[in-house]
Formats: sequence, structure tokens, C-alpha cells
Amino acid sequence: MFNIFKIAGSALMAQSQRMNVSASNMANAESAVGPDGQPYRARQVVFRVDPQASQPYGQDIGGVAVAGIVEDPAPPKMVYDPGNVLANADGYVAMPNVDVVAETVNMISASRSYQANVEVVNTAKSLMQQTLRLGQ
Amino acid sequence: MIDRIGEDFRFHQQALALRTQRQEVLSSNIANADTPNYKARDFDFRAAMEGALEGRMRLPDTSLALTSARHIPGKAVSAGPVDMLYRQPLQPSLDGNTVDMDVERMEFADNTMRYQTGLSVVTGKIRTLMAALQQQ
Repeated sequence: MFNIFKIAGSALMAQSQRMNVSASNMANAESAVGPDGQPYRARQVVFRVDPQASQPYGQDIGGVAVAGIVEDPAPPKMVYDPGNVLANADGYVAMPNVDVVAETVNMISASRSYQANVEVVNTAKSLMQQTLRLGQ
Repeated sequence: MIDRIGEDFRFHQQALALRTQRQEVLSSNIANADTPNYKARDFDFRAAMEGALEGRMRLPDTSLALTSARHIPGKAVSAGPVDMLYRQPLQPSLDGNTVDMDVERMEFADNTMRYQTGLSVVTGKIRTLMAALQQQ
């Protein structure tokens, strides 16, 4: 039963990391210059299964782990703004390749998954308490 | 007499252990609802229970005999009574994930109820035993 807390807890951490990345993308949707002088690039988390140790082969279950954070390879959005100091010779400014609508959807999906896992933790907790009160 | 009481409880103990295991599998499915290429797992409770009760021919864990300190230890863990299966997806998603959140949640709630039922049956049995033990 304690495994459930580990599994659901790993999912909570992974989903909150996904929300963090999404929030960073949304916040920087208009950041034309990053620390490296380039426009901000959208980032996405990649999940993988994190199998628990010492389980028979082929029957392993496990939680989630964040395998890594990848940068979106899409080209930056070019916005025509000749008055901007960052404009190139043609008057275009390179803006971040963040898709705000997709990030919003991502955020909602992450928060729903988070809620589902919180429910799992609550259920496991109440089952555990009932088991401890067994026979009374 | 006492071993008969133990025998009586063993059935319920086995049932609760399998329910706990199924709860873990289902929580793993819910946790991995957003993991690419994750395949939802589950097992048939009835078959697992029958396998556990009938004492299906089960080999003990095997390990290699070591005659030198430089031998690599090898161990084969034999599978328990549970046959882990894959869920057949109704609408497989493009990223190879076969978790259907509605199905998993329903099975999770169902399994929770059955675990609680098992608990109350055991509690009833303990009460009966205590009533028989107490002098009037």
C-alpha cells in the first residue's frame, strides 16, 4: 500500500514540473531577448515510466519521472516592428515560438492529472487508516 | 482449532493482498496517464485469487551456486499468482499511451469499494471470534 504513495507522489511531482515549464513558457511568450541574446524558446517536459526495484520481469509497475526538458525546435515568430531596436534589416523582430493556446491546454491537462493523483493519494490514505482500525 | 482459525483468515488475507496489489497497478496507470508509449496494465482478480488459493505449482526463487568470490550472482525470481495483462484500448492515442482515464478511475473506485468490503468482512469475523471468546 505504501507503494501507492510513491507512485502517486512521483506523478504529482512530474505534473507540477510540467506546470512549472508551462508557466515559464507563458510568462516568456513575449521575451524577445533571453540571457544568450536569442529569443526565448518554448520548452516541453518528456515523461518516462520509473519502474520500482526488484519486481519480476514483465510485471513491473511504477511511477513517473521526468526524462528531460526539450526545447521546441520550431523557428521563432517573426513580427514586423521596424521601430524596435531588435528589428533586423527588413524590420522584423524574432519573437519566442511559444504557442500560448497550446500552453493553456497543456496547463489544464496537467492540473487535471494532478487532481486525479491527489484523489488516488486520498483514497489510499483512507484505506490505510481503515486497515489500521481493523477488528475494532 | 487455532490453525483452523488461521486457515479461515488466510483466505481474506490473500484477497486483501491481491486487492492492494491491484490498487497499486491501477494507481500506476493513473500516474502514467501522460507518459508516451505507456501501456495500461491490469490483472484478472478472479484468476489471481484462484491461482493463489489452489497453490498453483510455483517454483521457489532460484539462484546460482557461487564457488568463487569472482562469480557474478544470478537470481531468478519466480512470478507470483498474478498474471499481468495489458488493457485493450478503446481509442488508442497517437503517442502510444493506452491509459483511458475514465476506465482507470472507475476500476480504482470499484477496487476501493471491494477492499473496504473485504475489510468489513474481516472485522465481522474478528467480532464473532471475540464474542465467542468472552464469557457472558
